[in-house]
Amino acid sequence: MTDSDVTKDGVRGERAGREATPAGPGPGGTSAERSGPAAGKTDRKRRRGKRRGEEPMVPRAEFGSYYGRPVIKAPGWKATDIAGYFFAGGLAGAGSVLAAGAQLSGRPTTAKAMKLSSLAAVTASTAALIHDLGRPERFANMLRVFKPTSPMSVGSWLLAAYGPAAGAAAVLETTGRLPRINTAATGTAALLGPVVAAYTAVLAADTAVPAWHEAHRELPYLFVSSATAAASGMALVTAPVRENAPARRAALLAAAGEAAAVRLKRRRLGMIAETYERGKAGKLMRAAELLTAGGALGAAVLGRRYRSGAAVSGLALLAGSACTRFGVFHAGIASAEDPAYTVVPQRERRERRAAEAAARVAGGADGDSGARDGQDGQHG
Amino acid sequence: MTEIDLRDLLSGPEADPAGRAGYTGHPERVGFFTDTSVCIGCKACEVACKEWNAIPEDGLSLTGMSYDNTQGLGGSTWRHVAFIEQSAVTRAPAPPEPAGAVTPGAEVPHPDGRTELRWLMSSDVCKHCTHAACLDVCPTGSLFRTEFGTVVVQEDICNGCGYCVPACPYGVIEQRPSDGRAFKCTMCYDRLGEGMEPACAKACPTDSIQFGPLDELRERAAGRVEQLREAGVTDARLYGEDPEDGVGGDGAFFLLLDEPEVYGLPPDPVVTTRDLPRMWTHAGVAALSLLGGIATAFLSSPAARRGAGTARTGVFGRGLGR
Repeated sequence: MTDSDVTKDGVRGERAGREATPAGPGPGGTSAERSGPAAGKTDRKRRRGKRRGEEPMVPRAEFGSYYGRPVIKAPGWKATDIAGYFFAGGLAGAGSVLAAGAQLSGRPTTAKAMKLSSLAAVTASTAALIHDLGRPERFANMLRVFKPTSPMSVGSWLLAAYGPAAGAAAVLETTGRLPRINTAATGTAALLGPVVAAYTAVLAADTAVPAWHEAHRELPYLFVSSATAAASGMALVTAPVRENAPARRAALLAAAGEAAAVRLKRRRLGMIAETYERGKAGKLMRAAELLTAGGALGAAVLGRRYRSGAAVSGLALLAGSACTRFGVFHAGIASAEDPAYTVVPQRERRERRAAEAAARVAGGADGDSGARDGQDGQHG
Repeated sequence: MTEIDLRDLLSGPEADPAGRAGYTGHPERVGFFTDTSVCIGCKACEVACKEWNAIPEDGLSLTGMSYDNTQGLGGSTWRHVAFIEQSAVTRAPAPPEPAGAVTPGAEVPHPDGRTELRWLMSSDVCKHCTHAACLDVCPTGSLFRTEFGTVVVQEDICNGCGYCVPACPYGVIEQRPSDGRAFKCTMCYDRLGEGMEPACAKACPTDSIQFGPLDELRERAAGRVEQLREAGVTDARLYGEDPEDGVGGDGAFFLLLDEPEVYGLPPDPVVTTRDLPRMWTHAGVAALSLLGGIATAFLSSPAARRGAGTARTGVFGRGLGR
């Protein structure tokens, strides 16, 4: 805000929009290029509606905005801090489950490797969180209260419980000391790990960011699948071939789960799904899909015989998981910065509600069932 | 606590937010009613707010888009006057089909030869929601509900995590780049305690910004809308006054002359924590499915037995005893 956007050619080389509610395809104003595609899409929809020549029950929401400026504020988080935090947390959490499974089933190399990777990952995620906060003592301040309504608070406490458990498991495994405490720490980390992997989805979804909030049903499944993909990838990279059968199977499950969650999300998000398909987020999500599916398939086909095949597949899975987290992060930012994704779905929701209220007033059992549907939609 | 109670706590109508926050014998809930139909865009509120609250300068640039160079609410802008320049053609219903000659946005001369142009001005501010997402998601308790039913950030406790920023459905609260902590309108909490009205309302020369007990303001606003509609201003509407809306009603509500999004306001805001019980449920199921999925991957694995040969005698003994 301190620098002027105005040059001799106008705002960023373009004449500024003179109206707060332009009728053209773009919301105009200073963020024309950013808002262009989305607004163009709604325009397209509108025209399609007109060509069909019949007026829909609920009129198509027209999109107006205040000079194309965002309605909500995008989070000020850096991608490397927060998307990195999501990725590392998932790798650590699912890794602890793999470590416990490996220990229980007599796969010592995998168990040790996964414990060490979980310790490294949880350390990295804490470092990312602290870097985001700015000063180390601010992490301690996060523990001054416990607030169930704040996923950030729940997550801080979770990390404070999980981190030491994962750390103890890794250190005791390496030193070979205190086997019972090692077992207890391994078990604790394995039970808390899945929650560490899943809660970050709530952290993202409990915001007004359309691409995250509206996906609150699917994000947890997407996040645990992605976490499993990362952890099984790490196991494939670090463990010998004779121990990697569970990791290969977990990778296949993760890839299937992730593909299903992504498709479900896309279907339910409507217009907001665009934010996952366009720009940086779109590239990342496509890369994630290819890497995860390729990694899982590679592991299944090559991983049981070839050490190098397993390692390459594992790296692909790790990279795929990272791409998923960064993709989700950037989709959220894109959806927050473009007012269309806030305004159009909200208008449609409001108009649907109004139409249903009118139907209810008109009376009859039909109206009642419509009202119930409307409530559901409202929660979505 | 039943689920109904929890839902009630997180969203829905709430008659007494201060009482719910634990205050007994607290004063009446107060708020702002911003009547934009009489706003003249003088920005006295912006200036008074900056001066009283000693808010740092946050940019002296020109945007080129309108007289609004403040652009929006933020960490160092707690009152913001929007300037909306409209020609009637963009607002009128689409002309019947053959009007292909009309390019959108072009000024269409009126029958009497004038071009129709209007300016809407509106002073925006934190809404002090009945269910405030920023307050609910703050992990440190830095945001709190005051005895007046308003929402305030304690600067000395704010951790700079920035979680309140994307949580706000109105895009009000923001981190100040210089120190990372979040700031927003306090409704001049310090002045309220002394029985004074907030600086912006005090400075407003047209009484566009009205301060007072919320119930009284709601009545006054309903009367004003009625009056404007009778005078032929059919677009006049209240925004944020309904306790049944997604945030349980705003402590600062508005009389608008056009759709909310024209002013940069969300048409149907919802407190983000309304869906939180469902989110935690899904996260729990997802966590269990992770556990179950990996367990399945191990259970269906014959390799454990084929492996070292030692596992057969005691998978658990060997595994755990190492």
